[in-house]
This record gives sequence, C-alpha cells and structure tokens, in this order.
Amino acid sequence: MPAISRKCADNTLALGTAPVGFAGRIRAVEVRSDDHGVPALERERRLIELGFVEGARVEVLHQGLFGGDPIAVRVNEATVALRRREAAAILVEPDGG
Amino acid sequence: MSELALPARIALVGNPNSGKTALFNALTGSRQKVANYPGVTVERKEGVVQTPAGLTVRLIDLPGTYSLRARSLDEIVTRDIVLGRLAGEDVPRLLVCVADATNLRLALRLALELKRVGRPMILALNMFDIARHRGFEIDLDRLSAELGVPVVASVAVRRGGTRDLLARIDEVISERGLPQGLVAPEGTWSEPNAAELRATQRQADRILDAAVRMPGPPDGFTRRVDRVVLHPVFGLVILLTILFLMFQAVFTWAQAPMELIKSGFAGLGVWVGVVLPQGWLLSFVRDGVISGLGSVLVFLPQILTLFFFILLLEDFGYMARAAFLMDRIMGGAGLHGRAFIPLLSSFACAIPGIMATRVIASRRGRLATILVAPLMTCSARIPVYTLIIAAFVPAQTVLGWFSLQGLVMLGLYAAGITGALGVSWVFNRLLWRRDPSDPFMLELPDYKRPVLKNLALGLMQRGQIFLHRAGTTIFSMMVVIWFLCSVPPAPADATDPAINYSLAARIGQVMEPVLHPVGFNWQIDVALVPGMAAREVAVAALGTVYAIEGAAAKPDELGRTLTTHWSLATALALLAWYVFAPQCASTLGVVRRETNSWKWTAFLFGYMLALAYLAAFVTYHTAVALGAG
Repeated sequence: MPAISRKCADNTLALGTAPVGFAGRIRAVEVRSDDHGVPALERERRLIELGFVEGARVEVLHQGLFGGDPIAVRVNEATVALRRREAAAILVEPDGG
Repeated sequence: MSELALPARIALVGNPNSGKTALFNALTGSRQKVANYPGVTVERKEGVVQTPAGLTVRLIDLPGTYSLRARSLDEIVTRDIVLGRLAGEDVPRLLVCVADATNLRLALRLALELKRVGRPMILALNMFDIARHRGFEIDLDRLSAELGVPVVASVAVRRGGTRDLLARIDEVISERGLPQGLVAPEGTWSEPNAAELRATQRQADRILDAAVRMPGPPDGFTRRVDRVVLHPVFGLVILLTILFLMFQAVFTWAQAPMELIKSGFAGLGVWVGVVLPQGWLLSFVRDGVISGLGSVLVFLPQILTLFFFILLLEDFGYMARAAFLMDRIMGGAGLHGRAFIPLLSSFACAIPGIMATRVIASRRGRLATILVAPLMTCSARIPVYTLIIAAFVPAQTVLGWFSLQGLVMLGLYAAGITGALGVSWVFNRLLWRRDPSDPFMLELPDYKRPVLKNLALGLMQRGQIFLHRAGTTIFSMMVVIWFLCSVPPAPADATDPAINYSLAARIGQVMEPVLHPVGFNWQIDVALVPGMAAREVAVAALGTVYAIEGAAAKPDELGRTLTTHWSLATALALLAWYVFAPQCASTLGVVRRETNSWKWTAFLFGYMLALAYLAAFVTYHTAVALGAG
C-alpha cells in the first residue's frame, strides 16, 4: 500500500495531496472556493472535461522537482498534467480502501 | 462567385492530439491553404478533397478542443465555425469528429456534444491501427448504433487509410443531401453546466463499455519513456540537453544556407548596379528592396531549423512534457506552463513566438507571455552581438576551458531570460493581482512516431507565414527606413557619407543628447534608427555611417574600425541596450495585432525602452568607473 497523507474519516483524500504511486478512484469533484481568480464552477467544468469525473480510475505517475508540483495523473486511459492546487478539488479513494 | 456556388464545406473537429491535423494532411495532401481568420490570428487551414464519387469538397481543420465551451482564442474559433457564428465564414455542412481510437472516453463526450448542434456528422476513429495493435476491440456498428452517427476507422499515416472515411462522406451526402441554406439552425447546443457535462460523460462511458473492449495495461512504451523523461531531476537535465542541442543546430546547420542567401542577395545587388543607371531608382532597388529583403530572409534557415525541432518534438508528444517540467519554474514568474513553446520560438524570432501564444486561455497569461517574448534573444540580435564581441572581447580562455567570447554571448542570453522572468514577476504583482490566473491542465499524449509528411507540411507552412510577413510588413518598414536614410540626398560637393545628410542622421543628432549619458555617439544613434526595421540592419547601418565599403560582409574590418572609435564601455553599453531595446517594428506590429490594443503596444515599447536605457546606463558607468571609459 502506498503511503497516504492527510487521511479523511472515510479513507478519502484530496488528489492534490496524494503521493506518486497513489492509485484509486475518484469519489467526488468539489471545487469549493472561487480563489485564484477562476470561478469554482468554471474550474469544476474544466476538470470534468479532462476526464476527472466520479468513478474514474486515477494513478499519480510523476511529480515536478519543486514542491512536487505539478503532478501527472493517469485518468482512465489518458494522462493529464495539473497543479496540486487544482487537484485539491478531486477527492479520491485508494484501491482496496 | 456566390458562396452557394462554392463546393460544400466539411469541418474536422476533435480533441487535441487526436491526429486531426495528420488526417487533414492525409486527405488534402499539399492542396491546402493556411491563412488567418479575419480579425484574429488563429490559423485557418483549408484544403480541397475529391471524394471517390467525384465530388469536390472543401475541408477545414479546426483547432483542437475538448468542448464547444470555448476559452482560448483557438477554441472560440472552433465553436463559432461549428455553430455558424463566425462572420464571413460559411457554415460547415458536415462535421467530421476525429477521435484517437486509443483514447475514446473524452472524444465520445465531445461527439455527443457536437451531435446536439444538429448537423450531419461522421465519427472517424483515427489511429485505428495502433488501437488494434494494442489489443483494443472496437465494435464500429455498435458504436454507430449507440451514438446515432456513422462511425468509420481511419489511419491518417497509411496510404489508403482514409478510404472508408471518404466513402462514408459520399454516402452521407448522397443519402441525406447536405442542407443547403447558408444560415443553418444552431441546433440545440447551449453551454453545458457541470451537471450536464457529468451526465454526458456518463453516457459516453456507457457507450464505451458497450462497444469497446480495452486491453488491460496502458501503452508500455509511453510509460517507460516517461519514467525517465518526467523524472524530477533527470527530466530537467534531458530537457536542457535537448534545448542545448537544438540551439547548436540552429547556429551550425543554418550557417551554410544563410551564407548562400547572403551572397545571393549581394550578387543580386551587384547585378542591379550594372543594369540600372546611377540614381535614386538604383538606390531604392539595391539599398531598399534587395538589401532590405535580404536582411530579413537571411533568418529563414534559422527559423526553419528551430521549427523543425519544435514540430518534431511536438509530433512525438514531448512538448507537453516540456511544459510539465517547466510549469513550476515559469509559474514562479507568473507565466503559464503553456508559455514554454511561444517563448522557445521567440529565440528564433519574437513574431512566431507571439503568434503562438493564442493557445493560452487566460488574457492575463497570454499578455504576460506576449510582453516578455521580445526579451528572448532572437536571432536578429546575433549579428550585432557577434560583431561587438569579436571586436571588443579578447579571444582568450577562462578556467582553461571556456572561451571568454562564448561566455559573454551566453551571458547576454541569460540576461534576456532573467530579464523576462523578472519582468513577468513584477507585472504579475503590479498589474494583474486581481485577474484570474489560468489553471495549468494539459493532457500528456502517448508518444507517437513523427511522420515525415506532417513535418514537411508543417515546416512549409511556417516558412510561408514568415515569407508572407517578410514580403509585406517587414518589407514596407524597410522601404520607410531606406527613405529616411537617403532623403534628402547628399549635396554634390559632399565629403561625408551620404547618410550624414539624411533625415536619419538628423534623427540621430536629435537623439544624441538623450543617449549621450549611456555612452552612445551620434553614429550609434543613427544606426539605431534602421535597427527599428530589423535589429541586425544596425550592423549594416554602422558600416554605412563609418563609410566602409561592404562592411557588413566583412565584419572583421568594421570591428577594427569600431575599436578605434568606441571605448570598451560604449561597446558594453550597446550590448546591454540590445538585450532589452524594443526594436524591430514588425514585433511591435504583431503585438498590436495580437493584443488588439495600442495601449499594450505602447506599454511594451515604453517598458523595454526604459529597461534598455537603464541597463546601458548602469553598464556604461560601471565600466567607466572600472577604467574602461
């Protein structure tokens, strides 16, 4: 089992905090705040359009050198690069959890 | 000819990386035309295709998108063409939705969204050979039944791989007849909200489950390569190595064709001197037209070499990885990861670089990139740098290894890059604190073998765009500069070079008191005026001012003259000036067009001028204080 940081009550965590090697499924996509300019609803739609929807399989494949950011995530059959800040809105459940 | 008489138009729509452009190339071959959409600089690619039934159709390749919910300029064009909203563009009668057969999930969602527009549509599953090779089992009939549109397999890169698609285009046209009128109904498309997007994706997932059986493991090759190429440390080392090799190639490979172009134009000038009588016409043709065009065209080999690498790496799938690796570094300066390619192109010339910023969705991210792109050391600065460095920096080695001249050159490049990052950082804090920053989200496509035909076509289009610019904007600027440099003509009893009597000289003399504090004499000031047309012209202008026959062709000689007229401090100040100076009118022109704002163009000019003055001032006085005055 990969190490999991910041565990939530029911085993889910934000994809933005997941380490490289993490594999699981998306439980929810919840963009809560309007911070960093782009409205929450808009950021939610962009995530969905790149395949981050409930039920999708995800695996964190790579991360950048500085602050482990951005991350490259396998989403079903595609690989998507995004910043951890954006990935924080994606709640994931580890395999076997 | 009325619009109705034109052959029917078919639009190719699809996700980025779906192989849409490769399919477009396969269908149209070299029978394609690249231009811009009216009012925006998004490239408009159209070609003519003959279907097996003998029908002629016009095919248009639209920029890749995940949704009609457009954000960047590129995506807005796709949406407006599909919906028939773009003025001056006729409505496509048939949509061909292109999908990567190995990555159908997002493509099917887009197909479902496109269906809602209410136009006849065909779904083309591209790269079908790769999908089959990797063990995908795709039931085309089932997929077609579920989606309610015809589905065909296509292989853009193989001969005959588009046969099914062309046959199906014929069928759709003959069965249903294409709707005629110019203004087609907009269908029922409206911007989907998050819930609708989720619902459509669920529907796409269900269709995918029903019609496609996917192999277990993903593409092993991509995984293995990424493990090395996206490694936090080695990834950056590899990226820097690639960039280094690229610049080496730009400077070494391009050398021979550049010499050829130079001597070709020189020969042309001599020939014109023989056939035309002495006078203003000869001067205009030789010094204005021929030397003007020559001084710009000489950069074509470098631009093509750089674009060869960019297109190659893009086709392979590496460029998205480069953006991933650079995102954090550039993000620290307030630049978007996607700004990487535009800034890289700017090392050849800022013009294609600035034009490439249209993929950046937010206005803030795009503007930041446009404002700093001219600080990248474009190839037009190189003749000036090499002239001054060769003349003033001693050819000695330091630390036993590095040539001092090479280090100074490297330092000038570094100054440009650091300047760009610093400027972007400052602007982001001062100007755009409240503007939304664009989230960085980018698909990393599976690696693919680059196809020679696509590379060749892409390179040809880059060349055409550059030549078109050289033939219009840049050329007209050169004519203006020629006018300033030759009017009024020198009096009959003139002892000085003719340029000393011209308007340019007068401008130089007016500038003298302003530029005296940074160590420039009036001859430099005069050379800076034609430098506005193209930076490297300043070299030729210095040659003219110092009245050395053919100085530009023999930089050694000009260099020796300069060492007797300038102090080292003046030379260094000029180098510092050149790193930042807002030169080349065509860059300003393209900034005006891309930002659609005189205000931002003036801002760019102003901030660069201020930086150049400051840099030259500090350099000059530091050098003088150190005894180089």
